[in-house]
Amino acid sequence: MLYKKKLPLLAFLLPGFTLMLVFLYEPFLENIINSFYDMNTFAKMPGQEWKFLGLDNFKKLFSDPKIRIAIINSFKMMGLTIIFQVGIAFVLAVLVSFIKRGQQFFRTVYFFPIVISATAIGLIFKLFYNYNGGMLNQLLKALDRKPVNWLAPDIAFIMVSIPILWSYVGFYFVIMLTGLCDISDDVYEAASIDGCSKFKQVFYITIPLLRGVICTCVTLAVTGALKVFDLPWVIVPKGAPQGVTHFLGTYMYEQTFTIGNIDYGSAIALLIVVFGIVVAQITSRILKPDANL
Amino acid sequence: MSQIKTKKEKKFSAVSIVIYIVLIFWAATTVFPFVWVINNSFKPSREVVNSTFSLPRGFTLDNYTNAFNKQNILISYKNSLIISGSVTVAVMILSAMMAFALTRYHFKGKNFIHSLIVSSLMFPAFSTIIPVFKMMTHMGLLNKPLSVILPQVAGNLSFATIVMMGFLRGLPLEMEEAAYMEGACVSKVFTGIIMPLSRPSMTAVAIFCFLWSYNDLFTQLIMIRKRTKFPISALLNEISSKYGTDYGLMASSVTLIAIPVLMVYIFLQKHIMKGVKAGAIKG
Repeated sequence: MLYKKKLPLLAFLLPGFTLMLVFLYEPFLENIINSFYDMNTFAKMPGQEWKFLGLDNFKKLFSDPKIRIAIINSFKMMGLTIIFQVGIAFVLAVLVSFIKRGQQFFRTVYFFPIVISATAIGLIFKLFYNYNGGMLNQLLKALDRKPVNWLAPDIAFIMVSIPILWSYVGFYFVIMLTGLCDISDDVYEAASIDGCSKFKQVFYITIPLLRGVICTCVTLAVTGALKVFDLPWVIVPKGAPQGVTHFLGTYMYEQTFTIGNIDYGSAIALLIVVFGIVVAQITSRILKPDANL
Repeated sequence: MSQIKTKKEKKFSAVSIVIYIVLIFWAATTVFPFVWVINNSFKPSREVVNSTFSLPRGFTLDNYTNAFNKQNILISYKNSLIISGSVTVAVMILSAMMAFALTRYHFKGKNFIHSLIVSSLMFPAFSTIIPVFKMMTHMGLLNKPLSVILPQVAGNLSFATIVMMGFLRGLPLEMEEAAYMEGACVSKVFTGIIMPLSRPSMTAVAIFCFLWSYNDLFTQLIMIRKRTKFPISALLNEISSKYGTDYGLMASSVTLIAIPVLMVYIFLQKHIMKGVKAGAIKG
Protein backbone atom coordinates (compact mmCIF):
# COMPACT_ATOMS: atom_id res chain seq x y z
CA MET A 1 0.00 0.00 0.00
CA LEU A 2 2.57 2.43 1.22
CA TYR A 3 5.02 1.37 -1.41
CA LYS A 4 2.63 1.27 -4.39
CA LYS A 5 3.65 4.63 -5.82
CA LYS A 6 6.90 4.23 -7.67
CA LEU A 7 8.00 7.83 -7.90
CA PRO A 8 9.77 8.02 -4.51
CA LEU A 9 11.66 4.88 -5.48
CA LEU A 10 13.66 6.84 -8.02
CA ALA A 11 14.48 9.53 -5.49
CA PHE A 12 15.84 6.92 -3.08
CA LEU A 13 17.69 4.79 -5.56
CA LEU A 14 19.11 7.24 -8.05
CA PRO A 15 21.58 9.38 -6.06
CA GLY A 16 23.59 6.44 -4.80
CA PHE A 17 23.27 4.38 -7.92
CA THR A 18 24.32 7.25 -10.18
CA LEU A 19 27.47 7.70 -8.11
CA MET A 20 28.21 4.01 -8.49
CA LEU A 21 27.56 4.16 -12.22
CA VAL A 22 29.88 7.11 -12.75
CA PHE A 23 32.70 6.20 -10.40
CA LEU A 24 32.56 2.42 -10.34
CA TYR A 25 30.85 0.68 -13.27
CA GLU A 26 31.77 3.07 -16.06
CA PRO A 27 35.48 3.28 -15.04
CA PHE A 28 35.53 -0.48 -14.69
CA LEU A 29 34.39 -0.95 -18.30
CA GLU A 30 36.61 1.87 -19.54
CA ASN A 31 39.55 0.20 -17.86
CA ILE A 32 38.90 -2.99 -19.80
CA ILE A 33 38.78 -1.04 -23.08
CA ASN A 34 41.93 0.91 -22.15
CA SER A 35 43.88 -2.28 -21.80
CA PHE A 36 43.54 -2.88 -25.56
CA TYR A 37 44.97 0.49 -26.56
CA ASP A 38 48.37 2.10 -26.46
CA MET A 39 48.05 5.03 -24.06
CA ASN A 40 50.94 7.23 -23.12
CA THR A 41 49.02 10.11 -21.53
CA PHE A 42 45.99 10.16 -19.28
CA ALA A 43 44.15 12.85 -21.24
CA LYS A 44 43.75 12.60 -24.98
CA MET A 45 45.25 15.62 -26.75
CA PRO A 46 43.11 17.06 -29.54
CA GLY A 47 43.72 15.19 -32.76
CA GLN A 48 45.64 12.46 -30.97
CA GLU A 49 44.51 8.91 -31.51
CA TRP A 50 45.40 5.96 -29.38
CA LYS A 51 46.69 3.02 -31.32
CA PHE A 52 44.71 -0.19 -31.03
CA LEU A 53 47.02 -2.84 -29.67
CA GLY A 54 44.70 -5.79 -29.44
CA LEU A 55 46.04 -8.39 -27.09
CA ASP A 56 49.61 -7.09 -26.95
CA ASN A 57 49.35 -6.03 -23.31
CA PHE A 58 48.05 -9.44 -22.35
CA LYS A 59 50.83 -11.17 -24.25
CA LYS A 60 53.24 -9.00 -22.32
CA LEU A 61 51.75 -10.35 -19.10
CA PHE A 62 53.21 -13.73 -20.04
CA SER A 63 56.65 -12.53 -21.03
CA ASP A 64 57.34 -9.84 -18.40
CA PRO A 65 59.61 -11.42 -15.76
CA LYS A 66 58.67 -8.82 -13.17
CA ILE A 67 54.96 -9.49 -13.34
CA ARG A 68 55.75 -13.16 -12.86
CA ILE A 69 57.36 -12.26 -9.53
CA ALA A 70 54.33 -10.14 -8.60
CA ILE A 71 51.90 -12.93 -9.48
CA ILE A 72 53.91 -15.55 -7.59
CA ASN A 73 54.18 -13.26 -4.57
CA SER A 74 50.45 -12.56 -4.58
CA PHE A 75 49.61 -16.24 -4.76
CA LYS A 76 52.13 -17.09 -2.05
CA MET A 77 50.42 -14.42 0.00
CA MET A 78 47.04 -16.11 -0.51
CA GLY A 79 48.38 -19.38 0.82
CA LEU A 80 49.98 -17.64 3.76
CA THR A 81 46.78 -15.75 4.63
CA ILE A 82 44.79 -18.98 4.80
CA ILE A 83 47.33 -20.69 7.05
CA PHE A 84 48.37 -17.79 9.24
CA GLN A 85 45.56 -15.23 9.26
CA VAL A 86 42.57 -17.55 9.30
CA GLY A 87 44.44 -20.30 11.14
CA ILE A 88 45.78 -18.13 13.95
CA ALA A 89 42.47 -16.28 14.18
CA PHE A 90 40.64 -19.58 14.58
CA VAL A 91 42.97 -20.87 17.28
CA LEU A 92 42.79 -17.58 19.17
CA ALA A 93 39.00 -17.41 18.88
CA VAL A 94 38.61 -20.96 20.22
CA LEU A 95 41.03 -20.30 23.06
CA VAL A 96 39.29 -17.06 24.00
CA SER A 97 35.95 -18.82 24.01
CA PHE A 98 37.36 -21.32 26.56
CA ILE A 99 38.34 -18.71 29.11
CA LYS A 100 36.06 -16.88 31.48
CA ARG A 101 37.98 -13.74 32.36
CA GLY A 102 39.46 -11.18 30.05
CA GLN A 103 37.50 -12.00 26.87
CA GLN A 104 36.71 -8.34 26.43
CA PHE A 105 40.35 -7.36 26.92
CA PHE A 106 41.67 -9.75 24.28
CA ARG A 107 38.98 -8.75 21.84
CA THR A 108 39.89 -5.08 22.21
CA VAL A 109 43.63 -5.62 21.99
CA TYR A 110 43.63 -8.04 19.05
CA PHE A 111 41.72 -5.50 16.97
CA PHE A 112 44.35 -2.76 17.47
CA PRO A 113 46.34 -3.29 14.26
CA ILE A 114 43.20 -3.07 12.12
CA VAL A 115 42.19 0.38 13.26
CA ILE A 116 45.71 1.71 12.81
CA SER A 117 46.43 2.60 9.21
CA ALA A 118 48.62 0.21 7.28
CA THR A 119 50.86 3.17 6.50
CA ALA A 120 51.58 3.74 10.19
CA ILE A 121 52.19 0.03 10.74
CA GLY A 122 54.50 0.04 7.75
CA LEU A 123 56.52 2.84 9.31
CA ILE A 124 56.80 0.99 12.60
CA PHE A 125 58.09 -2.12 10.84
CA LYS A 126 60.47 -0.01 8.82
CA LEU A 127 61.92 1.16 12.11
CA PHE A 128 62.11 -2.45 13.29
CA TYR A 129 63.94 -3.65 10.18
CA ASN A 130 66.39 -0.78 9.69
CA TYR A 131 69.97 -1.98 9.29
CA ASN A 132 71.50 0.88 11.25
CA GLY A 133 70.01 0.91 14.70
CA GLY A 134 66.71 -0.76 13.84
CA MET A 135 64.95 -2.50 16.70
CA LEU A 136 65.79 -6.03 15.59
CA ASN A 137 69.46 -5.31 15.01
CA GLN A 138 69.73 -3.68 18.42
CA LEU A 139 68.23 -6.82 19.87
CA LEU A 140 70.89 -8.89 18.06
CA LYS A 141 73.58 -6.54 19.31
CA ALA A 142 72.39 -7.02 22.88
CA LEU A 143 72.76 -10.77 22.28
CA ASP A 144 76.27 -10.25 20.83
CA ARG A 145 75.25 -11.24 17.33
CA LYS A 146 76.11 -9.61 14.05
CA PRO A 147 73.51 -7.25 12.57
CA VAL A 148 71.37 -8.71 9.80
CA ASN A 149 70.09 -7.00 6.66
CA TRP A 150 66.43 -7.78 7.23
CA LEU A 151 65.40 -6.60 3.79
CA ALA A 152 68.02 -8.54 1.81
CA PRO A 153 66.61 -10.05 -1.40
CA ASP A 154 66.39 -13.60 -0.08
CA ILE A 155 64.35 -12.82 3.02
CA ALA A 156 62.62 -9.56 2.06
CA PHE A 157 59.40 -11.26 1.02
CA ILE A 158 59.03 -13.04 4.35
CA MET A 159 59.83 -9.91 6.31
CA VAL A 160 57.19 -7.92 4.40
CA SER A 161 54.65 -10.71 4.78
CA ILE A 162 54.92 -10.74 8.56
CA PRO A 163 53.23 -7.35 9.17
CA ILE A 164 50.68 -7.99 6.41
CA LEU A 165 49.64 -11.28 8.01
CA TRP A 166 49.88 -10.08 11.58
CA SER A 167 47.83 -6.92 11.12
CA TYR A 168 44.66 -8.64 9.91
CA VAL A 169 44.45 -11.59 12.28
CA GLY A 170 42.26 -9.56 14.65
CA PHE A 171 39.64 -8.97 11.99
CA TYR A 172 39.02 -12.66 11.35
CA PHE A 173 39.32 -13.31 15.07
CA VAL A 174 36.34 -11.03 15.78
CA ILE A 175 34.26 -12.59 13.00
CA MET A 176 34.99 -16.09 14.27
CA LEU A 177 34.36 -15.18 17.89
CA THR A 178 30.92 -13.84 16.94
CA GLY A 179 30.30 -17.11 15.09
CA LEU A 180 31.43 -19.13 18.12
CA CYS A 181 29.03 -17.24 20.40
CA ASP A 182 26.15 -18.32 18.17
CA ILE A 183 26.84 -22.01 18.80
CA SER A 184 24.58 -23.05 21.64
CA ASP A 185 26.18 -24.23 24.88
CA ASP A 186 23.81 -27.20 24.98
CA VAL A 187 25.70 -28.93 22.21
CA TYR A 188 28.97 -28.75 24.12
CA GLU A 189 27.29 -29.79 27.35
CA ALA A 190 25.76 -32.83 25.73
CA ALA A 191 29.12 -33.73 24.22
CA SER A 192 30.99 -33.43 27.51
CA ILE A 193 28.38 -35.55 29.28
CA ASP A 194 29.03 -38.20 26.64
CA GLY A 195 32.70 -37.98 27.55
CA CYS A 196 33.98 -35.93 24.67
CA SER A 197 37.11 -33.97 25.57
CA LYS A 198 37.46 -30.27 24.85
CA PHE A 199 40.02 -31.02 22.19
CA LYS A 200 37.69 -33.42 20.39
CA GLN A 201 34.82 -30.97 20.73
CA VAL A 202 36.75 -28.50 18.61
CA PHE A 203 37.02 -31.01 15.78
CA TYR A 204 33.59 -32.60 15.99
CA ILE A 205 31.45 -29.62 16.96
CA THR A 206 33.16 -26.28 16.49
CA ILE A 207 34.69 -26.76 13.05
CA PRO A 208 31.61 -28.30 11.40
CA LEU A 209 29.25 -25.72 12.92
CA LEU A 210 31.58 -22.86 12.10
CA ARG A 211 32.04 -23.97 8.51
CA GLY A 212 30.12 -21.09 6.95
CA VAL A 213 32.03 -18.50 8.97
CA ILE A 214 35.40 -20.10 8.25
CA CYS A 215 34.52 -20.14 4.59
CA THR A 216 33.66 -16.44 4.64
CA CYS A 217 36.97 -15.70 6.33
CA VAL A 218 38.95 -17.74 3.81
CA THR A 219 37.26 -15.99 0.90
CA LEU A 220 37.88 -12.57 2.44
CA ALA A 221 41.50 -13.44 3.21
CA VAL A 222 42.26 -14.79 -0.24
CA THR A 223 40.68 -11.91 -2.13
CA GLY A 224 42.25 -9.51 0.38
CA ALA A 225 45.68 -10.91 -0.50
CA LEU A 226 45.18 -9.63 -4.04
CA LYS A 227 44.51 -6.13 -2.73
CA VAL A 228 47.71 -5.80 -0.70
CA PHE A 229 49.25 -2.41 -1.36
CA ASP A 230 49.98 -0.04 1.53
CA LEU A 231 52.32 -2.12 3.67
CA PRO A 232 54.76 -3.24 0.97
CA TRP A 233 54.64 0.23 -0.58
CA VAL A 234 55.76 1.83 2.68
CA ILE A 235 58.25 -0.80 3.87
CA VAL A 236 59.85 -1.68 0.53
CA PRO A 237 58.82 0.97 -2.03
CA LYS A 238 58.69 -0.14 -5.67
CA GLY A 239 59.36 -3.75 -4.87
CA ALA A 240 62.80 -3.03 -3.44
CA PRO A 241 65.23 -4.80 -3.45
CA GLN A 242 65.34 -5.53 -7.19
CA GLY A 243 61.60 -5.91 -7.53
CA VAL A 244 61.48 -9.13 -5.50
CA THR A 245 58.76 -7.83 -3.17
CA HIS A 246 56.35 -6.63 -5.85
CA PHE A 247 52.73 -7.61 -5.42
CA LEU A 248 50.14 -7.22 -8.17
CA GLY A 249 48.85 -4.02 -6.60
CA THR A 250 52.22 -2.34 -6.14
CA TYR A 251 53.39 -3.38 -9.59
CA MET A 252 50.24 -1.97 -11.16
CA TYR A 253 50.79 1.32 -9.34
CA GLU A 254 54.43 1.51 -10.38
CA GLN A 255 53.69 0.74 -14.04
CA THR A 256 50.86 3.24 -14.24
CA PHE A 257 51.88 6.17 -12.12
CA THR A 258 55.68 6.11 -11.98
CA ILE A 259 56.62 4.54 -15.30
CA GLY A 260 53.58 5.91 -17.17
CA ASN A 261 52.70 2.69 -18.93
CA ILE A 262 48.99 3.32 -18.47
CA ASP A 263 47.54 0.68 -20.76
CA TYR A 264 49.75 -2.03 -19.29
CA GLY A 265 48.65 -0.91 -15.84
CA SER A 266 45.05 -1.31 -16.94
CA ALA A 267 45.78 -4.83 -18.13
CA ILE A 268 47.35 -5.69 -14.75
CA ALA A 269 44.31 -4.24 -12.98
CA LEU A 270 42.09 -6.45 -15.12
CA LEU A 271 44.25 -9.43 -14.27
CA ILE A 272 43.72 -8.70 -10.57
CA VAL A 273 39.94 -8.71 -11.08
CA VAL A 274 40.04 -11.99 -13.02
CA PHE A 275 42.21 -13.64 -10.37
CA GLY A 276 39.83 -12.38 -7.68
CA ILE A 277 36.77 -13.87 -9.35
CA VAL A 278 38.47 -17.17 -10.18
CA VAL A 279 39.94 -17.60 -6.72
CA ALA A 280 36.65 -16.76 -5.00
CA GLN A 281 34.89 -19.33 -7.21
CA ILE A 282 37.48 -21.97 -6.44
CA THR A 283 37.31 -21.44 -2.68
CA SER A 284 33.54 -21.68 -2.67
CA ARG A 285 33.69 -24.84 -4.83
CA ILE A 286 36.21 -26.47 -2.53
CA LEU A 287 34.77 -25.39 0.79
CA LYS A 288 31.06 -25.53 -0.13
CA PRO A 289 29.84 -23.07 2.52
CA ASP A 290 26.17 -23.96 2.08
CA ALA A 291 26.54 -27.72 2.06
CA ASN A 292 24.90 -29.51 4.93
CA LEU A 293 27.21 -31.77 6.79
CA MET B 1 36.31 -39.24 45.12
CA SER B 2 37.67 -35.97 46.40
CA GLN B 3 41.12 -36.92 45.19
CA ILE B 4 39.89 -37.41 41.66
CA LYS B 5 38.16 -34.09 41.76
CA THR B 6 41.24 -32.16 42.84
CA LYS B 7 43.28 -33.91 40.19
CA LYS B 8 40.82 -32.85 37.56
CA GLU B 9 40.78 -29.28 38.83
CA LYS B 10 44.56 -29.15 38.75
CA LYS B 11 44.65 -30.40 35.20
CA PHE B 12 42.05 -27.85 34.24
CA SER B 13 43.99 -24.98 35.75
CA ALA B 14 47.20 -26.10 34.05
CA VAL B 15 45.41 -26.06 30.71
CA SER B 16 43.98 -22.66 31.32
CA ILE B 17 47.40 -21.30 32.27
CA VAL B 18 48.72 -22.49 28.92
CA ILE B 19 45.73 -20.90 27.20
CA TYR B 20 46.35 -17.61 28.96
CA ILE B 21 50.05 -17.70 28.05
CA VAL B 22 49.23 -18.15 24.37
CA LEU B 23 46.59 -15.40 24.42
CA ILE B 24 48.82 -12.99 26.31
CA PHE B 25 51.67 -13.69 23.90
CA TRP B 26 49.52 -12.62 20.95
CA ALA B 27 48.23 -9.62 22.89
CA ALA B 28 51.86 -8.64 23.51
CA THR B 29 52.59 -8.67 19.79
CA THR B 30 49.68 -6.32 19.14
CA VAL B 31 50.48 -3.95 21.99
CA PHE B 32 54.29 -3.93 21.95
CA PRO B 33 54.82 -2.08 18.62
CA PHE B 34 52.67 0.81 19.75
CA VAL B 35 54.21 1.06 23.22
CA TRP B 36 57.65 0.84 21.63
CA VAL B 37 56.93 3.59 19.17
CA ILE B 38 55.45 5.92 21.81
CA ASN B 39 58.46 5.35 24.04
CA ASN B 40 60.89 6.14 21.24
CA SER B 41 59.04 9.23 20.10
CA PHE B 42 60.30 11.05 23.20
CA LYS B 43 63.97 10.35 22.44
CA PRO B 44 66.39 12.19 20.22
CA SER B 45 67.13 10.17 17.07
CA ARG B 46 70.62 9.27 18.29
CA GLU B 47 69.16 7.59 21.33
CA VAL B 48 66.56 5.72 19.26
CA VAL B 49 69.38 4.16 17.29
CA ASN B 50 71.43 3.12 20.30
CA SER B 51 69.01 2.21 23.06
CA THR B 52 65.50 1.59 21.76
CA PHE B 53 64.38 -0.48 24.68
CA SER B 54 65.18 1.79 27.60
CA LEU B 55 62.99 4.62 28.76
CA PRO B 56 63.98 8.00 27.30
CA ARG B 57 67.06 9.38 29.09
CA GLY B 58 67.19 12.69 27.33
CA PHE B 59 63.44 13.23 27.39
CA THR B 60 62.56 15.58 24.54
CA LEU B 61 59.52 16.91 22.77
CA ASP B 62 61.59 18.00 19.75
CA ASN B 63 60.17 15.27 17.56
CA TYR B 64 56.68 16.53 18.26
CA THR B 65 57.42 20.19 17.64
CA ASN B 66 59.15 19.06 14.46
CA ALA B 67 56.09 17.07 13.38
CA PHE B 68 53.76 19.97 14.13
CA ASN B 69 55.84 22.82 12.75
CA LYS B 70 57.90 21.46 9.87
CA GLN B 71 55.58 18.66 8.76
CA ASN B 72 52.30 20.47 9.37
CA ILE B 73 50.66 17.37 10.68
CA LEU B 74 47.62 19.35 11.83
CA ILE B 75 46.77 20.42 8.29
CA SER B 76 46.88 16.81 7.17
CA TYR B 77 44.62 15.88 10.05
CA LYS B 78 42.15 18.50 8.91
CA ASN B 79 42.32 17.23 5.30
CA SER B 80 41.78 13.67 6.43
CA LEU B 81 38.84 14.59 8.65
CA ILE B 82 37.18 16.51 5.82
CA ILE B 83 37.63 13.62 3.39
CA SER B 84 36.78 10.71 5.66
CA GLY B 85 33.99 12.59 7.43
CA SER B 86 32.23 13.41 4.16
CA VAL B 87 32.72 9.87 2.87
CA THR B 88 31.21 8.42 6.04
CA VAL B 89 28.17 10.71 6.10
CA ALA B 90 27.50 10.29 2.39
CA VAL B 91 27.80 6.50 2.53
CA MET B 92 25.52 6.26 5.57
CA ILE B 93 22.74 8.29 4.00
CA LEU B 94 23.00 6.97 0.45
CA SER B 95 23.31 3.32 1.47
CA ALA B 96 20.30 3.60 3.77
CA MET B 97 18.30 5.13 0.93
CA MET B 98 19.35 2.50 -1.58
CA ALA B 99 18.72 -0.33 0.84
CA PHE B 100 15.29 1.16 1.59
CA ALA B 101 14.44 1.32 -2.11
CA LEU B 102 15.68 -2.21 -2.76
CA THR B 103 13.92 -3.87 0.19
CA ARG B 104 10.58 -2.02 0.15
CA TYR B 105 9.77 -1.60 -3.51
CA HIS B 106 9.12 -4.13 -6.23
CA PHE B 107 10.11 -3.04 -9.69
CA LYS B 108 11.47 -4.29 -12.98
CA GLY B 109 15.21 -4.75 -12.98
CA LYS B 110 15.44 -4.99 -9.20
CA ASN B 111 17.26 -8.30 -9.34
CA PHE B 112 19.61 -6.91 -11.94
CA ILE B 113 20.53 -3.91 -9.80
CA HIS B 114 20.94 -6.15 -6.80
CA SER B 115 23.34 -8.45 -8.60
CA LEU B 116 25.22 -5.45 -9.97
CA ILE B 117 25.77 -4.22 -6.43
CA VAL B 118 26.91 -7.63 -5.21
CA SER B 119 29.29 -8.09 -8.13
CA SER B 120 30.87 -4.68 -7.57
CA LEU B 121 32.22 -6.03 -4.27
CA MET B 122 34.71 -7.81 -6.49
CA PHE B 123 36.05 -4.60 -8.04
CA PRO B 124 39.31 -3.68 -6.36
CA ALA B 125 40.29 0.00 -6.38
CA PHE B 126 43.02 -0.87 -8.90
CA SER B 127 40.51 -1.72 -11.60
CA THR B 128 38.74 1.64 -11.62
CA ILE B 129 41.39 4.11 -10.57
CA ILE B 130 42.91 4.96 -13.97
CA PRO B 131 39.67 6.13 -15.65
CA VAL B 132 38.63 7.87 -12.43
CA PHE B 133 41.96 9.68 -12.33
CA LYS B 134 41.42 10.74 -15.95
CA MET B 135 37.96 11.98 -15.09
CA MET B 136 39.24 14.00 -12.15
CA THR B 137 41.92 15.58 -14.32
CA HIS B 138 39.24 16.57 -16.84
CA MET B 139 37.04 18.09 -14.17
CA GLY B 140 39.97 19.89 -12.59
CA LEU B 141 39.34 18.22 -9.25
CA LEU B 142 42.83 16.83 -8.67
CA ASN B 143 44.36 17.83 -5.34
CA LYS B 144 40.88 18.69 -4.07
CA PRO B 145 39.21 16.62 -1.36
CA LEU B 146 36.34 15.80 -3.73
CA SER B 147 38.69 13.77 -5.94
CA VAL B 148 39.20 11.30 -3.09
CA ILE B 149 35.69 11.56 -1.65
CA LEU B 150 33.74 10.61 -4.78
CA PRO B 151 35.54 7.36 -5.66
CA GLN B 152 35.67 6.32 -2.00
CA VAL B 153 31.92 6.87 -1.59
CA ALA B 154 31.23 4.84 -4.73
CA GLY B 155 33.63 2.13 -3.59
CA ASN B 156 32.11 1.81 -0.11
CA LEU B 157 28.46 2.01 -1.17
CA SER B 158 28.13 -1.59 -2.31
CA PHE B 159 29.29 -3.09 0.97
CA ALA B 160 27.23 -0.60 3.00
CA THR B 161 24.07 -1.17 0.98
CA ILE B 162 24.33 -4.92 1.41
CA VAL B 163 24.76 -4.58 5.18
CA MET B 164 21.83 -2.16 5.40
CA MET B 165 19.62 -4.37 3.26
CA GLY B 166 20.22 -7.27 5.59
CA PHE B 167 19.12 -5.09 8.46
CA LEU B 168 16.08 -3.51 6.79
CA ARG B 169 14.73 -6.89 5.67
CA GLY B 170 14.42 -7.84 9.31
CA LEU B 171 12.38 -4.78 10.29
CA PRO B 172 8.64 -5.52 10.48
CA LEU B 173 6.53 -3.65 7.93
CA GLU B 174 3.62 -3.09 10.35
CA MET B 175 5.08 0.00 11.90
CA GLU B 176 5.61 1.68 8.56
CA GLU B 177 2.10 0.79 7.44
CA ALA B 178 0.64 2.14 10.66
CA ALA B 179 2.50 5.39 10.09
CA TYR B 180 1.12 5.51 6.56
CA MET B 181 -2.42 5.06 7.91
CA GLU B 182 -1.81 8.04 10.15
CA GLY B 183 -0.98 10.04 7.05
CA ALA B 184 2.82 9.92 6.88
CA CYS B 185 4.38 10.05 3.44
CA VAL B 186 7.25 7.86 2.29
CA SER B 187 9.97 10.37 3.09
CA LYS B 188 8.48 10.82 6.57
CA VAL B 189 8.49 7.05 7.06
CA PHE B 190 12.14 6.94 6.00
CA THR B 191 13.40 9.75 8.21
CA GLY B 192 11.04 9.07 11.12
CA ILE B 193 11.09 5.28 11.34
CA ILE B 194 13.74 3.65 9.16
CA MET B 195 16.66 5.94 10.00
CA PRO B 196 16.23 5.89 13.80
CA LEU B 197 15.60 2.12 13.89
CA SER B 198 18.65 1.25 11.82
CA ARG B 199 21.03 3.28 13.94
CA PRO B 200 22.99 0.24 15.23
CA SER B 201 23.91 -1.10 11.82
CA MET B 202 24.43 2.41 10.48
CA THR B 203 26.98 2.94 13.23
CA ALA B 204 28.83 -0.20 12.23
CA VAL B 205 28.78 0.88 8.58
CA ALA B 206 29.98 4.36 9.53
CA ILE B 207 32.89 3.13 11.63
CA PHE B 208 34.17 0.78 8.94
CA CYS B 209 33.72 3.40 6.22
CA PHE B 210 35.65 5.94 8.21
CA LEU B 211 38.50 3.53 8.91
CA TRP B 212 38.79 2.39 5.32
CA SER B 213 38.70 5.89 3.96
CA TYR B 214 41.18 7.21 6.54
CA ASN B 215 43.59 4.37 5.88
CA ASP B 216 43.28 4.19 2.10
CA LEU B 217 46.76 5.21 0.98
CA PHE B 218 46.25 4.12 -2.64
CA THR B 219 43.54 6.61 -3.61
CA GLN B 220 45.14 9.39 -1.58
CA LEU B 221 48.50 8.92 -3.27
CA ILE B 222 47.01 9.07 -6.73
CA MET B 223 44.58 11.94 -6.37
CA ILE B 224 46.44 14.30 -4.04
CA ARG B 225 49.86 15.46 -5.19
CA LYS B 226 50.19 18.74 -3.28
CA ARG B 227 51.84 18.55 0.08
CA THR B 228 49.51 20.99 1.83
CA LYS B 229 46.51 18.94 0.66
CA PHE B 230 47.89 15.59 1.85
CA PRO B 231 45.64 13.49 4.06
CA ILE B 232 47.30 11.68 6.95
CA SER B 233 48.31 8.45 5.21
CA ALA B 234 49.87 10.28 2.26
CA LEU B 235 51.82 12.56 4.60
CA LEU B 236 53.07 9.58 6.56
CA ASN B 237 54.23 7.92 3.36
CA GLU B 238 56.07 11.09 2.40
CA ILE B 239 57.74 11.37 5.80
CA SER B 240 58.80 7.75 5.48
CA SER B 241 60.38 8.23 2.06
CA LYS B 242 61.96 11.66 2.62
CA TYR B 243 62.94 11.67 6.27
CA GLY B 244 63.54 7.93 6.63
CA THR B 245 66.69 8.50 8.65
CA ASP B 246 65.08 10.76 11.23
CA TYR B 247 63.89 7.94 13.47
CA GLY B 248 62.60 10.26 16.17
CA LEU B 249 60.41 12.16 13.75
CA MET B 250 59.05 8.93 12.30
CA ALA B 251 58.21 7.63 15.76
CA SER B 252 56.46 10.83 16.78
CA SER B 253 54.40 11.08 13.59
CA VAL B 254 53.28 7.47 13.91
CA THR B 255 52.29 8.18 17.51
CA LEU B 256 50.39 11.31 16.55
CA ILE B 257 48.47 9.39 13.93
CA ALA B 258 47.89 6.13 15.78
CA ILE B 259 46.99 7.30 19.26
CA PRO B 260 43.86 9.37 18.51
CA VAL B 261 42.50 6.54 16.39
CA LEU B 262 43.17 4.03 19.17
CA MET B 263 41.43 6.29 21.70
CA VAL B 264 38.38 6.71 19.49
CA TYR B 265 38.37 2.97 18.86
CA ILE B 266 38.42 2.10 22.55
CA PHE B 267 35.70 4.67 23.14
CA LEU B 268 33.45 3.44 20.32
CA GLN B 269 34.27 -0.23 20.67
CA LYS B 270 30.98 -1.18 22.33
CA HIS B 271 29.12 0.39 19.44
CA ILE B 272 31.03 -1.71 16.92
CA MET B 273 30.22 -4.92 18.77
CA LYS B 274 26.59 -3.87 19.33
CA GLY B 275 26.19 -3.01 15.68
CA VAL B 276 27.61 -6.34 14.58
CA LYS B 277 25.38 -8.22 17.04
CA ALA B 278 22.20 -6.34 16.10
CA GLY B 279 22.91 -6.91 12.44
CA ALA B 280 23.52 -10.60 13.03
CA ILE B 281 20.30 -11.11 15.01
CA LYS B 282 17.98 -9.04 12.86
CA GLY B 283 19.50 -9.96 9.52
